Amino acid sequence: MRAGGIRPRRARRRAFLGRAAVVLPLALAGCGPSVLDPQGPIGAADKSILIDSLAIMLAIVIPTIVAILGFAWWFRASNPRAKYRPDFVYSGRVEMIVWSIPLLTIILLGGVIWIGSYELDPAKPIGSPAPALEVQGVSLDWKWLFIYPDQGIAAVNQLVIPAGIPVHFSLTSASVMTAFFVPRLGSMIYTMNGMTTNLNLQADKPGTFWGEAAHFSGDGFPTMHFDVKAVPAAQFTDWVDATRNARSPALDPPAYLQLEKQSMSVAPFTYREIDPLIYQMIVTQKLPPGPGPATTPHSQLVRPERTH
Amino acid sequence: MLLGKLTWDAIPLNQPIPLVAAGVVGVVIVAVLIWVTVKGYVPYLWKEWITSVDHKRIGVMYCVLALVMLVRGFIDAIMMRSQQAIAFHAQGYLPPEHFNQIFSAHGTLMIFFVAMPFVIGLMNFAVPLQLGARDVAFPTLNSVGFWLTATGALLVNISLVVGEFARTGWLPFPPLSELKYSPGVGVDYYLWSLLISGVGTLVAGINLVTTVLKIHAPGMTYLRMPMFCWTTLASNLLIVAAFPVLTATLVMLTLDRYLGFHFFTNEAGGNMMMFMNLIWIWGHPEVYILILPCFGVYSEVVSTFSHKPLFGYRSMVMATMVICLLSFMVWLHHFFTMGAGADVNAVFGITSAIIAVPTGVKIFNWLFTMYGGRVTFSVPMLWAIAFMVTFVIGGMTGVLLAVPPADFLLHNSLFLVAHFHNVIIGGVLFGAFAGYEYWFPKAFGFKLHEGLGKASFWCWVVGFYVAWMPGYVLGLEGMTRRMQHYDVPEWRPWLIVAEGGAVIILAGIVLQVAQIFVSIRQRAALRDEIGDPWDGRSLEWATPSPPPAFNYAVLPTIEGEEPYWDIKQLARERLTLRDEPAYGDIEMPRNSPTGFVSAFFATFLGFAMIWHIWWLAGLAAFGAFATFVVFAWRDEDEYIIPADEVARIDRANRSARSAVLKRLAAMQVAQ
Repeated sequence: MRAGGIRPRRARRRAFLGRAAVVLPLALAGCGPSVLDPQGPIGAADKSILIDSLAIMLAIVIPTIVAILGFAWWFRASNPRAKYRPDFVYSGRVEMIVWSIPLLTIILLGGVIWIGSYELDPAKPIGSPAPALEVQGVSLDWKWLFIYPDQGIAAVNQLVIPAGIPVHFSLTSASVMTAFFVPRLGSMIYTMNGMTTNLNLQADKPGTFWGEAAHFSGDGFPTMHFDVKAVPAAQFTDWVDATRNARSPALDPPAYLQLEKQSMSVAPFTYREIDPLIYQMIVTQKLPPGPGPATTPHSQLVRPERTH
Repeated sequence: MLLGKLTWDAIPLNQPIPLVAAGVVGVVIVAVLIWVTVKGYVPYLWKEWITSVDHKRIGVMYCVLALVMLVRGFIDAIMMRSQQAIAFHAQGYLPPEHFNQIFSAHGTLMIFFVAMPFVIGLMNFAVPLQLGARDVAFPTLNSVGFWLTATGALLVNISLVVGEFARTGWLPFPPLSELKYSPGVGVDYYLWSLLISGVGTLVAGINLVTTVLKIHAPGMTYLRMPMFCWTTLASNLLIVAAFPVLTATLVMLTLDRYLGFHFFTNEAGGNMMMFMNLIWIWGHPEVYILILPCFGVYSEVVSTFSHKPLFGYRSMVMATMVICLLSFMVWLHHFFTMGAGADVNAVFGITSAIIAVPTGVKIFNWLFTMYGGRVTFSVPMLWAIAFMVTFVIGGMTGVLLAVPPADFLLHNSLFLVAHFHNVIIGGVLFGAFAGYEYWFPKAFGFKLHEGLGKASFWCWVVGFYVAWMPGYVLGLEGMTRRMQHYDVPEWRPWLIVAEGGAVIILAGIVLQVAQIFVSIRQRAALRDEIGDPWDGRSLEWATPSPPPAFNYAVLPTIEGEEPYWDIKQLARERLTLRDEPAYGDIEMPRNSPTGFVSAFFATFLGFAMIWHIWWLAGLAAFGAFATFVVFAWRDEDEYIIPADEVARIDRANRSARSAVLKRLAAMQVAQ
């Protein structure tokens, strides 16, 4: 079990029943890295907009489906009780209703879209008394590098964050496009070489959450998984200290150029110190974009089974 | 280098799956060729089909291409579903480099070589008949368009055996598709297939726009045209506006890959976001290019099988043109997650949602067409009803994805994939199947077997729901698309269910193939004697089945929205046909091998460019140009069908129709 064991069973069941009231198939998507089981304010807000929009549309979609099947059945040729009205081909009143219903629905939904786009703009900081933790994320072929500029450390394929404190991500790509996505924390965003995208997320409580690349990026794409570990603030400080004192390498330009080469299923590891300008060098291409397969023959790529 | 990059290494001798597949396809093709030659069908095929410029024949060939490629694309689909059903904590049977080719080929084939030729085929076949025209505006260009499309399909299939196909998805997003990250020939196969078939699609679009606007029977004003002609106009206006964008975008990527340009590269000022914008400026109108003709088919079918005129015709015309216009204002909803900011996302979210208004209007108008009707559940009508229900669901999930915060959770997920399969299978493919069953008797003179048609329908519909409703759940469970393998246990049950759905669809396809064979064998019993098997309302049913090359012995004069229905009612009242018209000679365009020959050279051009065989590319380009010159300097381009021949054909149909009226009269006397 990855993230399922975090919440008490009763709370999960209550949430389950709440969802079942909306629509059953959605409720079935209850565990795993489900976006319907958000663990932070952004994910929760995204989800409530999703459910609200769905409810608004179901109010018109369900009657429409019933009417389609009902009309087709009642007006079947073999039904002598149905009145044949071949001249019923235009009615101003019906047209009025026919244009108004979807229009009114979309006006309502348009409001949701407008407000939601501003409230949940990924670049918008999360209102919190605590200052946001800065994390710089880089997608590589095919792993994730997370740099903690204020702590002076970095990690590959694992993201440790303090629970209850907002995190501001600056994200870029070392080579091709992909997307940074932690389903249970909320919004995803693209990573692109030579550019930075901004994302703000927060985990409310400690837990381990599934993170993934959400935009196809080549052969190693399905292995670009990382765990997000949200830990209590004190424990986060401990982790930072432990990482600084570990006998691990330093992330300087030569180490980065080595990391940048294509590889798959890289086990998580950390860098005890970083070149403070490393992220800027990547974004500004002072460190060149990933070399692609040209310098890494396909046969030399490791493709081991993932271990857990 | 005589053969450019082409060496024996290009043949995947170490990969059994594509090799066996290609072997089977090769054996089938050779067997068909031998059979055709032995039976002596080659001159017939050459004269009556390959060089034909008859819009009906070209329409049929488009549909045949679509059906064959549907089988090919479906094999890809079921391979992907099987891979994902077993690749839990395991590599499955498809390594990434193969799996990635399969999903790229599946999308490319299904959109460009199934959905596109299917709808273009139906439009080509039915629109001139519905307009009361003898042919399309540019008959030879029409043939060129078809054969260039076939060239594209051929190149995609050659990639199965020689080299590889793109591993970058059905839209090759840079920088992944740039030479640096995709050094193989896969992306080049993609580019040249679509550059060549894109020209074919563009000329088909120009041809059909001109036909709808210019080639009418007398009195066929715009607001008397059947709904299918309106949706054809809208769809082809979109083709003319959008396909040059696709071609230009692909040319830019080609320049990047071949000549070291930097349109979309990481370095030297290239910008991959520009590719995203350009490709979707084509890509979003593209989905309406596909769905609008199908909306037209449903309009015809619902009206015919409800035995009522279409409800709210003018409202439907308005809705169609509104969709046509709005479809160019929404492309950004394909990448809300690029970080454009709240202003941009909000505006494009709202414009996207607005498209649901005219689409909803259409659904309601079909609903009210059934209201007060006498609905008979023939196979085309079953497809139409299944479409209405399915499309409402697909439309809803689409609008949900147009809400940016919801898209931030669902973008690129299986939810998105389920959404577009929901609208493309449930909308485009169901519509194409409805049109296929509906116009088949018109094209061939006999109906398709009803029982097998219904059995196949149920397999397809049930299979679709079983295969794709789990996709929605998987998307909500955080599963992203294009996963060659995965480690999340919660996904697995749904992927196994989806595999089951694909198997049910397979049964539907087998039944469709069986339907063709059984119908051909029982064609005498299924014969459509008079040319009006469904008690139709629009003009195409006034012609015999199959219609003669000239369609109408005398061009009909149109006096209302349902000209054929009015003529038929009058005949039923008076129990006699109208007086025989005065027949005259008819001029028709001569057959021309231009399309086939230019496509022959285009195939070599594409293949040579893919493999950098420059001398062959030059030769092929010269050959294609020479073909054009020969055609342009032709002396005779028309031939005369004498009045006697026209009279003979028309009288045969009139006597069949009179016989029906005589039976009707006898029945009335008996009562």
